Amino acid sequence: MKSTLLALSVSLALPLGSHAAVSDEWPAIVEQARGQTVYFNAWGGESNTNNTIRWAAGQGEERYGIDLVHVKLGDTAEAVSRVVAEKQGGNTSEGAVDLIWVNGENFATLKEAGLLFGPWVGQLPNFSLTDPENNPAVTTDFTVPVEGMEAPWGKAQVVFYYDTSLTENPPGSMPELLEWAQENPGEFSYPKPPQFLGTTFLKQALIELADDGDALYRPVAEADFEVVTAPLWNFLDQLHPNLWRSARNFPDNGPSLRRLMGAGELSLAFSFWPAEVPAAIANNELPPTVESYVLDGGTIGNVSFLAIPFNAQHKSAAMVVANFLLSPEAQAYAQHPDNWGFLTVLSMDQLDAEQKALFEALPSPKGGVTPAELQQVLEEPHASWVEALETAWLERYSGN
Amino acid sequence: MLRLAPWIIVFILVVPVVGGTLLTVPPAFGYLPVLGGDDWSLRPWLELAATPGILRSIAVSFGSGLLATGLALIIVFLFLSTIANTRFDRWIQRLVSPLLSVPHAAAAFGFAFLVAPSGLMLRWLSPSLTGFERPPDWLLLNDPFGMSLISGLVVKEIPFLLLVSLAGLPQLNAAQRVMLARSLGYLPRVAWFKAVAPALYPLIRLPVYAVLAFATSTVDVAMILGPNLPSTLSVQVVQWFNDPDLTRRFLASAGALLQLLVTASALSAWWGLEKLIGTGFNAWVAGGNRQRSDGTLWLVGRGLMLIATLLPVLGLFALALNSVAGFWRFPDAWPGSVTLSHWLQALPDLARPFWMTMVIATAASALAVAMVLAALEHEQRRNRPATRALWLLYLPLLVPQVGFLSGITVLSQMAGQAPALWVVVWAHLLFVLPYVYLTLVEPYRRFDFRWVILGRSLGLSVNQAFWRIRLPMMLRPVLTAMALGVAISVSQYLPTQMLGGGRIVTVTTEAVALSSGGDRRLIGVWAMVQAITPFIGFVLALLIPRLLWKERRGMQAL
Repeated sequence: MKSTLLALSVSLALPLGSHAAVSDEWPAIVEQARGQTVYFNAWGGESNTNNTIRWAAGQGEERYGIDLVHVKLGDTAEAVSRVVAEKQGGNTSEGAVDLIWVNGENFATLKEAGLLFGPWVGQLPNFSLTDPENNPAVTTDFTVPVEGMEAPWGKAQVVFYYDTSLTENPPGSMPELLEWAQENPGEFSYPKPPQFLGTTFLKQALIELADDGDALYRPVAEADFEVVTAPLWNFLDQLHPNLWRSARNFPDNGPSLRRLMGAGELSLAFSFWPAEVPAAIANNELPPTVESYVLDGGTIGNVSFLAIPFNAQHKSAAMVVANFLLSPEAQAYAQHPDNWGFLTVLSMDQLDAEQKALFEALPSPKGGVTPAELQQVLEEPHASWVEALETAWLERYSGN
Repeated sequence: MLRLAPWIIVFILVVPVVGGTLLTVPPAFGYLPVLGGDDWSLRPWLELAATPGILRSIAVSFGSGLLATGLALIIVFLFLSTIANTRFDRWIQRLVSPLLSVPHAAAAFGFAFLVAPSGLMLRWLSPSLTGFERPPDWLLLNDPFGMSLISGLVVKEIPFLLLVSLAGLPQLNAAQRVMLARSLGYLPRVAWFKAVAPALYPLIRLPVYAVLAFATSTVDVAMILGPNLPSTLSVQVVQWFNDPDLTRRFLASAGALLQLLVTASALSAWWGLEKLIGTGFNAWVAGGNRQRSDGTLWLVGRGLMLIATLLPVLGLFALALNSVAGFWRFPDAWPGSVTLSHWLQALPDLARPFWMTMVIATAASALAVAMVLAALEHEQRRNRPATRALWLLYLPLLVPQVGFLSGITVLSQMAGQAPALWVVVWAHLLFVLPYVYLTLVEPYRRFDFRWVILGRSLGLSVNQAFWRIRLPMMLRPVLTAMALGVAISVSQYLPTQMLGGGRIVTVTTEAVALSSGGDRRLIGVWAMVQAITPFIGFVLALLIPRLLWKERRGMQAL
C-alpha cells in the first residue's frame, strides 16, 4: 500500500489543473479504502458540527465501507501536537491522526514543518466542482498556497449579531462601533487573542482602519508593522474602557460571547459562523430577538480545509472521506441551516441542474443573514500577520 | 513476589514521571531536532522572561496555591475542633466522599454558574432585592488577583483534607486528648487545637503537600475560574504547547520547567511556614493561658464548613437545572421552560465513552488496590514499615502534570506504541495509586493483628489468613479505596487525551471538548454524567458489604 501511495504522490506532483488526467487512479484508492478506519480529528465543541460529522460517518460506512471516527478536539492544536510527538518518537507510518480539520496558521505550520502528506487533492473527483482555476479561495489558505496538501471543506464568514430588545442601531463599521460602545459601555467584547476569533476581530479592524491595506496581504516581515498597525492600537486604546468588564477580562471564545449574549450581559457580538445565530435561537440559547448582519464594508471570510498528516495510517480512506465531504450531497447537507449551516465551497456553475437544486431548496432561517449579504467578503491577511498581531496585542494589554 | 510489590509500585510511578520530565529539558534549552532546534541555547528562557505579564502569572500561581491550601486547611481544622457527632456532623461526613468524587472541571463550572454576575445567586436575588434588570458589569469571575480561583479551589479541596483527617483521627484518641485538656481547664475548641491538632498535622502533611502542588499547577480549574489577563502559568504553558506556531514548544518546555520550580518553591515556602507556625504554636500551647469564649471559633468553623459544603451542592444543582433548561435569561429565577432535548441529543454519544470510562477506571483502580494491598501485606509480614522509597508515591501528585505528560507521550511513541488502552490505564494508575494508598494505609495498619494470629493458630497458612480473614474483614475500606480510585480515574483529562491520541474517548474528554463550545446546557448534561459516574462507585462500595454480610451482624459493624 505504501508503494501505491508513493506512486500516487509522484503522479500528483502536477499542477492543480491537471486533476482530470490522474483520476483513473481513483477507483483503486476507493477499493483500498474499504474496511479502513478514519480517525477524523475535528473540533468538537458544537453539537451541530458533531451531528453533521456523525451523519457523514453513517454515509461513509454505507457507501464505502469506511469506519469514520470523529475524534472530538477542544483545540485543533491537540492534533498538531500529536503529530509532532509522533515524529519526535520516530512513528512515521502508524500515526493516530488520519484527517484533520484545519486552516490558516495551523496549516501554514504543518506545511512548513513537513508534517503533511501530499499533494493529494487533485486526485479527488469532486475537487473540480470547486472550480479551482477560477476560485483562488480554495487554492490558497490565508494567502499561503495550498499546493494540493489540503482539500477545501466549507466556508465561514464573520457576521455581527445584536439583540433588538436591548439595542437598536448596531454599528456598521469600526469607527461606528467605537461610538456605539461609548454610548453602551460594557455591552460588547471580543475573545482574548490568541484565540482565533479574537485575532479575527483585530484583523477585521486593521483591514478597515489601516492606511496601507495591501501590506496585510504580504508577509509581515516586508511591512513596517508599527506604522501599519498604529491606527489599530489607537482604536483599541479608546475602545477598551468601554468594553465588557472594562477590558480587564475577555471572553474565552465565540461560544462564550454567545453565552454572554444569551444571559443579556452583552447586546452586540460576532461570530465566524453565519448559521450560529439561527441555530442558537432554535436551541433556546439566544432569544428570538437577536438578528445577524454583515458590516457595511464587508467582513473577513475564509475556507476550512481537510489535511492528512505525513504519517497517517489510513491515507486512502481519508482521501475518500474528503472527497465525499466535497460532494454536492454532503455540501448541501452541511449547509442546511437545520444541520449546520456550513457554507458550501462548490461553485454553482460547475453543478448540473439536479445538484444545483439541492442548494436552491435550502431555506433561509430566522435571525440569519441572506446569501446576498454574504457577498461582501474580505480576504484573510497573510498568515504571518496572525502571530505578529497576537504578540503585539499581548504586549500591550496583558498586564504586568 | 510480595517482596517486589513496593518496588514495582515505585518503578511504575517513577519511570514515567522522571523520564517524562527529563524529556522536557532538552527542548527547554533549544534542543529538539524534529522542530529544527539543533543547538542548545538559553533562548527559550529569555523568551519566557520577556513574556508579557509572566511575573504576574507566576505570582498568581504561587499565591493562589498557598492561600487556597491554607484556607482549606484552616476551615477543616476549625470544623474538626467542633465535631461532636451531631446530625450535622454525620451529614457532612457522609457528603465528603460524593463531593470528593465530583471532577474538578464539573465543580468549577457549577461554581462559576453560581457566582457569575448573570449566575444563579444573583438571579434569585434580582430584580426584587437588587433592582437589576440586567446582569451587572462586575468582575466576579476570572478576577486579576485570582480570588474566584482561590475560592473554587478551597471549596474543592476541603472534602479531600477532611477525608484524610477523618482517616487519621481515630489513631490519635482525639476524644481522650480533648478530655484531658478540658480537665486542665481549657475550653473544648482550644483543647482540640492544643492537644489534637499538633498530632494530627504530621499525619496529613503529605496530602496537604499534594493539595498545594495541585493548587499551584491546576489547568482546568484555572481555565474556568482563574484570571486570563494574563492567565496563570500552568494555563499559559498548556496554551504554548497548543500553539499553532510549533516553535512555541521550546517556550512551552521552558515554561513547564518553570512551573516545576514554582510548585517546588511553593512547597518549600509552605515548609518554612510550618516551621514558623510550629514555633509560635509551641509558645502558645506552653503559655497555658486559658482563653475565654471560644464560641466564635465554633460559629466560624461550622459556618464556613456549611458554606463550603453547600456551594458545591448548589453548583451541581445549577448544572442539573441547566441541563434541562429551555431559554433562561437573567433575572428569571427559574428556567421559563423545561426540556429533555439536551439529554436526548447527548444520549447517542453517551454510551461508548461511558463504558470506556468504566473499563479504564475499573482496571486502574483494581490494579492500584492490588498493588497497594501487596505492599501493605508485605510490610505487615515483615513487621516493619515498607521501604521508605514509598514516599515516591506522591511524585505524580507533586510534579505538575504539564511538565511530564508531553514527555510521556514521546516516551510511549519511542516504545513504538500506537495509542493503546493499557498505556492510558498506566497513566491513570499514576494518579490513582497515591490516593488508593492514602486511603488504605491507615485502616490496614490499624487492623487488629490478633485476628490473623488467631487464624494461624487454627491452622491457616499466611496466605490463607490474608484471603480468608484479613481481606473479608477489610472489605469496606478496600471498596472505598477502589471507589475513590474510580473517581480519580474518571476525572483525568490530560493523560487520557495525550496518551490515548484522542482515540480513547471518555466521559471527561467529551465533556472538556464540549465545554470548548460553551453551551451551558450541554456542559450541564456532560458534567452531570461526569459527576454521576464515580458516584455509582461509591454507592456500590456502600451496598456490597451490606448485601454480602446480610446474615452476619458482626461483619456489618466493621
